[in-house]
Amino acid sequence: MIGFLIRRLLQAVVVLLLVTMITFILLRAIPGNVAVAVLGPASYRNPAVLAAFNREYGFDKPWFDQYLLWLGHLLQGNLGFSWTLDQSVSSLLGSHLPKTVWLVGVSVVLALVIAVPIGVWQAVRRNGPVDYVFTSLSFLFYAAPTFFVGTVLILVFSVKLHIFGPEGPQGGMVNDITDWKDLTLPVVTLALVTIALFSRYTRSSVMDNLAEDYVRTARAKGASGRRVLWRHVLRNSLIPIATLLGLSLPGIMAGALITESVFNYPGMGYLFFQAAQKQDYPTELGFIIVVAIATVLGSLLADIAYAVLDPRVRYTRL
Amino acid sequence: MTSSVATQDVLPAGEPATPGLPAGKTRSMFARGLEVFLENRLAIAGLAILVLIFGFCFIGPHVYHTDQVHVNLANENLAPGTGHPLGTDVNGYDVLGRLMVGGQISLEVGLAAAVLATFLGTVWGAVAGYFGGVVDAVMMRLVDALLSIPTLFLALVVVSMFPPTETEIILVIALTSWLTTSRLIRGEALSLRVRDYVQAMRVMGGSSARAVFRHIAPNAVGTIIVNATFQVADAILLVVALSYLGLGIRPPQTDWGGMLNSGLNSIYDGYWWQIFPAGVAIILVVIAINFIGDALRDSFEVRLQRR
Repeated sequence: MIGFLIRRLLQAVVVLLLVTMITFILLRAIPGNVAVAVLGPASYRNPAVLAAFNREYGFDKPWFDQYLLWLGHLLQGNLGFSWTLDQSVSSLLGSHLPKTVWLVGVSVVLALVIAVPIGVWQAVRRNGPVDYVFTSLSFLFYAAPTFFVGTVLILVFSVKLHIFGPEGPQGGMVNDITDWKDLTLPVVTLALVTIALFSRYTRSSVMDNLAEDYVRTARAKGASGRRVLWRHVLRNSLIPIATLLGLSLPGIMAGALITESVFNYPGMGYLFFQAAQKQDYPTELGFIIVVAIATVLGSLLADIAYAVLDPRVRYTRL
Repeated sequence: MTSSVATQDVLPAGEPATPGLPAGKTRSMFARGLEVFLENRLAIAGLAILVLIFGFCFIGPHVYHTDQVHVNLANENLAPGTGHPLGTDVNGYDVLGRLMVGGQISLEVGLAAAVLATFLGTVWGAVAGYFGGVVDAVMMRLVDALLSIPTLFLALVVVSMFPPTETEIILVIALTSWLTTSRLIRGEALSLRVRDYVQAMRVMGGSSARAVFRHIAPNAVGTIIVNATFQVADAILLVVALSYLGLGIRPPQTDWGGMLNSGLNSIYDGYWWQIFPAGVAIILVVIAINFIGDALRDSFEVRLQRR
């Protein structure tokens, strides 16, 4: 167990290092000259200024030195500087990340609370009408692009019915709680896709577990069907769901990016999208690193949870 | 990329090495799979939907002629009616005609990117799984690292650096979505490489390349094809998302995502015909592909067949 933890932790560190390398390669792949991009085209006529800029930011050094320099900054929490917004990327993160965490957190919790019971219900009544209805719905919402779902929700609930706002809460975090009516549609949009995914996962996980020997044993020993389902099967079925949740984080973040741009919700995803349009690379890459770190840590936690929850799992070799 | 690829040839030509199997054996395996596949009513429905949509997109424009290049502001935002069955958009393009040409790009990009990604993922995963050890560790950690970055984010960074043409979008999507395939194939390769026939071939002096391309990849063909099918759906959704964000196909060309993007601007004017046709088309195609993928999984995976 300890050996597994150490190996898994080392693996996570290696993956994170690779992420920084990939990001750095992307940073280097930017076409054109960074100095010219920042100082404007007129700076071509003034090589001394360009050279000074390159010296100041280390662009005159060999690429490996640049990588180490950049990595050193990263370790100190310095993610770079956004040229278009004239702010450090970390301060941008400080103001926008909490909003995304809130949006994603509320949506995922809501999605799980709805998806797990649906999945269990489908597995128990499989191939019945209930199963077919929810299977069709999950196919529909899996196939529907997030922005289309969001658009239709805006059309119905704010343009026609005037119940919820068409735009997510603006400003600081306080507004996210006071303007809950504006937050409703973004949360529902993101949750619908997640529900579609996780009701499928739960359904198949519960169905797999219902076929296991321990279910028959428990039934033979006189446990009621209800008890077997909720005490035995559900607990075991949720273990793979925990792992899948960790693995789904990048997908959910992509959904958040789209949702935020549909609803003008000033979270990290929306800022990333704006940065991509304005070719603000430091912001884009800074955000990528943050999301990647979150994902690596998420799957690390999920794996550890898996090992703790399921004593059958033996991690002799990964 | 014509309609025949997705319609007559249920099994896309993406996987590299079927010729390695004796012809007789291949046929019987596929024949059995085909039988199970044809029994699945959802799969038939999915196939029918795909045939119709391919016909609509690729044959449609030869029957229904529209100008999809020149902006005509005199015709902007016309409601559906005679002359324009689905109305016109903000630039005066006929929406029905645009649905056809936009669909061509969505489908072409989806198929091509999926085939490329499948090829890349298969080779990567088979090599990693076959060699194991350090090679496997290095190759798979790279996959882990790339997987931790959301595909959409990665694709957005790349297209924001190089404003893309259709070919470049295919490359970007393929290069960012081969990762799950490689993981699956690596798992298969890990179990296949210790099989007796692979060992025997190695003892007889066969090369590693032969093992990977003639034994491991062909035996994982079920996994590869099923995965490729879902890749098509995901690639279509990804290109649609890129276009929706305004970083995909450039005007006057468009795809279904681009149509939704421009339709969104008139969301408050009640021009529903600028939003729903493209949205419904995307949903139909993705659902159809998923039906086919599920059926293919049932026909190929023995484990599931027995249940």
